[in-house]
Amino acid sequence: MLYVRLILMRLLKAVVVLFMIIIFNFVLIQLAPGDPAAILAGEAGATDEEFLRQLRERFGLDQPLYVQLWRYVSGVAMLDFGFSYRQQMPVLDLILARLPATLLLTGTAFVLSLVLGIVAGSLAAARAKKASGSIIMALALLFYATPLFWVALMSVVLFSVYLDLLPAYGMYTVGAGHTSLALVLDVGKHLILPASTLALFFMAIYTRMTRASMLEASQQDFVKTARAKGLKNSVIQRRHILRNALLPIITLAGLQAGQMVGGAILTETVFAWPGIGRLMFEALQQRDYNLLLGIFFFSAALVILFNIITDLVYGLADPRIKEGS
Amino acid sequence: MKTPLALAIAATAFTLSGAHADEPRHGGTIDTIIQPEPPGLVLGMIQNDPTRKVAGNIYEGLLSYSTDLEPRPQLAESWDVDDDGLVWTFQLREGVTWHDGEPFTAEDVVFSADVFHRELNPSARAVLDHVESIEADGDHTVVFTLKQPFGPFLLSFEAGTFTMVPKHLYEGTDFRDNEHNSHPIGTGPFKFENWDRGTVIELVRNDDYYVDDLPYLDGINWHVIPDGASRAVAYENGTVDVLPNGTVENFDIPRLAELDNTCMTEEGHEYFSPFAMLWMNNREGPTEDKRFRQAVMYAMDREFARDVLWNGLGNVPLSSFGSNARFQHDGLEPYDHDPDRARELLDEMGYDGEEVRLLPLPYGETWTRWAEAVQQNLREVGINVRTQSTDVGGWNQRLGDWDYDLAFTFLYQYGDPALGISRTYLSSNIERGSPWNNVGGYENERVDELFNEAATAFPDEERESLYREVQEILHEDVPVGWLMELGFPTLYRCDVNDLVTSGVGVNDGFKDAWLDR
Repeated sequence: MLYVRLILMRLLKAVVVLFMIIIFNFVLIQLAPGDPAAILAGEAGATDEEFLRQLRERFGLDQPLYVQLWRYVSGVAMLDFGFSYRQQMPVLDLILARLPATLLLTGTAFVLSLVLGIVAGSLAAARAKKASGSIIMALALLFYATPLFWVALMSVVLFSVYLDLLPAYGMYTVGAGHTSLALVLDVGKHLILPASTLALFFMAIYTRMTRASMLEASQQDFVKTARAKGLKNSVIQRRHILRNALLPIITLAGLQAGQMVGGAILTETVFAWPGIGRLMFEALQQRDYNLLLGIFFFSAALVILFNIITDLVYGLADPRIKEGS
Repeated sequence: MKTPLALAIAATAFTLSGAHADEPRHGGTIDTIIQPEPPGLVLGMIQNDPTRKVAGNIYEGLLSYSTDLEPRPQLAESWDVDDDGLVWTFQLREGVTWHDGEPFTAEDVVFSADVFHRELNPSARAVLDHVESIEADGDHTVVFTLKQPFGPFLLSFEAGTFTMVPKHLYEGTDFRDNEHNSHPIGTGPFKFENWDRGTVIELVRNDDYYVDDLPYLDGINWHVIPDGASRAVAYENGTVDVLPNGTVENFDIPRLAELDNTCMTEEGHEYFSPFAMLWMNNREGPTEDKRFRQAVMYAMDREFARDVLWNGLGNVPLSSFGSNARFQHDGLEPYDHDPDRARELLDEMGYDGEEVRLLPLPYGETWTRWAEAVQQNLREVGINVRTQSTDVGGWNQRLGDWDYDLAFTFLYQYGDPALGISRTYLSSNIERGSPWNNVGGYENERVDELFNEAATAFPDEERESLYREVQEILHEDVPVGWLMELGFPTLYRCDVNDLVTSGVGVNDGFKDAWLDR
């Protein structure tokens, strides 16, 4: 019961935080120079004032700022995120159309980095004094230090241009008309490069963190007790050390999960993956206020959601935390 | 100096004329790139470059233009003008249908011009200001009556500028909210099929196109790829066959042009002929002084920029009128690269080293480098330049607010001084808030008079002498810096034939294109 109340409290707080985020973002966006009407007119090379006036009136940009804010907030309260100036579509439609692609990419990268990172980190911890452990750590350091865009470009050059094994960009083969299983395989093939590019950085962090906290846990008294009991080393590593070393990893996973909507801008751009990150970047350049605010809203909501989930998972991993709350 | 690349183009053009002996054949789909992704596809409502490129194959205008900018029939079969240059009569093609099967008639032309464009389209509006009335005479004749003769009138009917839109779908509706905007209906050789946002725009062959046999292709896939390096890879690994102008960064072009089965053409930009310029704020600061502006012209090494940054493609202009606009004055003394002359002029005016702010154009790597080159040129003669980078929104705002000293831009010339050039110098075109009018703030009564008279003078000989005088004044006053007429090359596989056949290039080029595979 206590648990349910806790979650309800958190959700209530989340609504307040979201509301503040909306207002903050709205004000922040006004500080950027230029407005969407000027940019649309600029692209069209339009010289007359009439054109700008029409657009501003249509977008409601000729209204005082507080009226615009009120319109926006009352819209969001009814789940109406407004209209994208540039794309001439409702913001919600645009976001929902792009969301699956991003979630597929970031979700795959999330699972991939978490699983591989923990496995590699555990191995490195178990072999801390051997050469194989050092090699894993050297690789992790390399992936950690290499800029994402460079990895992306080089993997395209290697796997697409020279080896011709994987498609260089896009989410599916245009014009192939694949359906059902063929389409799944096709998308899967397109997913490999961007997902592994995105996963590398976090994988490296997980590896380093898993190793560090496992080494720390292995110094604890209960590990000595377990050894004294005569448990097998693998069981000690898994049940006693890893489980106790999980908390910092969960914290980090919560952070990464929170970035799933907006955290793949670079990867999506280089690999032409039709996701939210690209939509956000373009919306920013085009001062497409409504769209940008809508994406900010979804990102913020997701961060809050994953914070709550992380807290719940802490409780599962370490029952002491649950009781303490 | 012509670079090897420029020579390679000449060679390509030569070999291509040999390949044309083959008969065109049907079939095949072309994959190409659209960059950036357009905001929408209803030409007439949106006139930016990506929309023009894709939708120019869906929609049509009354006329199209050759690479010499001679008008050619498109939806109009023939045209005629009375002796005073006032009454223009267009005979429309018969048997043309919209993509939804409805017939295209003179009523559509009247609606498009008199209602749709008057409300939505700034560039068409500028032409329509000269038009007294537009009337249909039967189903296949349209009569435009002008208030006074207008020299470039016949150049105004290009599909992207004066798009024909279907009256039966738009009349009486809120044009911008019309449900058909998401599925554009035109008369062109290709029909809209599908737009998977962020990925691809697919067009398919219009089987009912009014020219027998055309088009040869089954369809066009416009891929959306946001990263420049990835776009180059898409061509390298064979996914796309055509790279329209501006698709890849300039430094990638020489490398791609050397790939097997790759041809390149510089044709197809004549109608727009983008003219790169350096705005100079005529209102205040050192740039207010004519001698300072002349010094800037002498200080810049424009040939270097063309040869190094633009691969030797493009043309360094003599003065205010580009080579693709008519009535160019060729007797003016060029502003050659002459740092000593620049220093002399600066001394003469007593330039005290006041800081000058330079705004690069935020359109990618080439423009950034160009700004760096100009900055270096100007510093060499002692001008204290500071570059201030912005994004597109910031650039728009700064220019609209006249908050700059020097700023890069480029403007389309539209084939005639009255359409694309006078707007930069007319004092009536000074208005805060837009980066595309007379941003420099140049005011000269005589120049205003000459431009206004020349726009409505008739016939052409009258215009010629007026434009000569205006060019002489501008050449002396240097209201803006004339950098370059940009060469925008199209790269394509050599087995794509007849791709660029008009003065707007791939914007309407796929109509005649065919694959030799």
